[in-house]
Amino acid sequence: MTSQEMKDIFYNGLWKQNTGVVQLLGLCPLLAISNTVVNALSLGLATTVVMALSGSGVAAIREVIPNEARIPVYVLLIAVLVTIVQLLINAYAYPLYLVLGVFLPLITTNCIVLARAEAFASKNGILASALDGIAMGLGLTAVLTILGGIREILGHGTLLSGIDLVFGEAAKSLVITVIPNYHGFLLAVLPPGAFITLGLLIALRNWLNLRAEQKARTEAVPISATQAA
Amino acid sequence: MRRTMAKAALHTAANLLFFALIGTALLAITYNLTHDAIARSEENEKLKLIAQIVPTAEYDNDIIKDTAQLAADELLGNDAATIVYRGRLANQPSVAVLQAIAPDGYSGKINLIIAIHSDGRVGGVRVVSHKETPGLGDYIEIAKNSWINVFNNASLENRNWKVKKDGGSFDYMAGATVTPRAMVKAVHKALQYFAQHRDELFVQSVPTKPPGKEKKK
Repeated sequence: MTSQEMKDIFYNGLWKQNTGVVQLLGLCPLLAISNTVVNALSLGLATTVVMALSGSGVAAIREVIPNEARIPVYVLLIAVLVTIVQLLINAYAYPLYLVLGVFLPLITTNCIVLARAEAFASKNGILASALDGIAMGLGLTAVLTILGGIREILGHGTLLSGIDLVFGEAAKSLVITVIPNYHGFLLAVLPPGAFITLGLLIALRNWLNLRAEQKARTEAVPISATQAA
Repeated sequence: MRRTMAKAALHTAANLLFFALIGTALLAITYNLTHDAIARSEENEKLKLIAQIVPTAEYDNDIIKDTAQLAADELLGNDAATIVYRGRLANQPSVAVLQAIAPDGYSGKINLIIAIHSDGRVGGVRVVSHKETPGLGDYIEIAKNSWINVFNNASLENRNWKVKKDGGSFDYMAGATVTPRAMVKAVHKALQYFAQHRDELFVQSVPTKPPGKEKKK
């Protein structure tokens, strides 16, 4: 695989086809768990791991599965991987397991995982598929974390609250109180707040993209043409 | 023609079966490898919770080892036997840690441990596991909010066992009333259970369920 292909995969995952703000897949966990930075980041990374594994898994068996049976086999593979990741987190990172709770098994139902298996991993090699999973997962994680940050500041007036659940009591000092004596803003905590914030993020992403395109277009126009106009 | 179709169908089915078997095997292996670690972390978590609601000054025995099995009871909300941890001070019963379930949470069961002093006051309540809405109903976790302390020192006599919205004495948070309602009900029932079984709870033998309580609502 050339470095250009790798670059494309990451450009796709993080910006051009970002799962959170462009493909709009996997909104259920996106909206549910993005109420704090720590929750959002943890679930995003867990999803990334599952996507990397499921991508390479699907790529590895794509030659041997009959076409008609491929979707059930992908779903089976994803469910098995999610359950394994869940058991491992439960066994070796119990506090994190308590944080993620019901959303961990729900990674299975996140359509982005199946979508990448079908759209990318079933047509590409193992390494490329694993990288695609990581890139898509990181793109989702980035959106989740930004969303979580905005909602946590607006909803609770803090950042990184709950980090001690992941890294132990010592990490409690990392919690940042952005607005002291804040009484909370329920809308930001509830799902509608997530929808509104996500809408604003999508708008921001489209605006940035449009601006970049316009800039590219004006630069492409020869100077003489601009003067004539 | 028909034969080839049947053959293709069989081939597909065999493939599915094959992957299902591999998946099951992988899960069985992981489950076995992680089973002990998971049981250990859950036990550790429980002990940590017990330490939070039972001050060490309240008992001088080995509370973790001083257990008895309780048969399932409607007042505890469970349908399987549970363990009660018993604290004693100078061989006198001082505190019992019951495991109870609030069956009517917003999204399923809420597992609780409840410490009750021998005089019938609640020492403290902690949520062991729940599936309440994150950011909305999860303020019952001590890690998220101190709400759960409303139960401290509550007894059957000194509280009206309803949330304030229903005319009782327990605070709740706007946006989620189903959750605290279930919690109040569960703790209330656990106190009734304690009142009925106080003496049997602290003896070494297993308290048996009175036959009259068999029926379910």
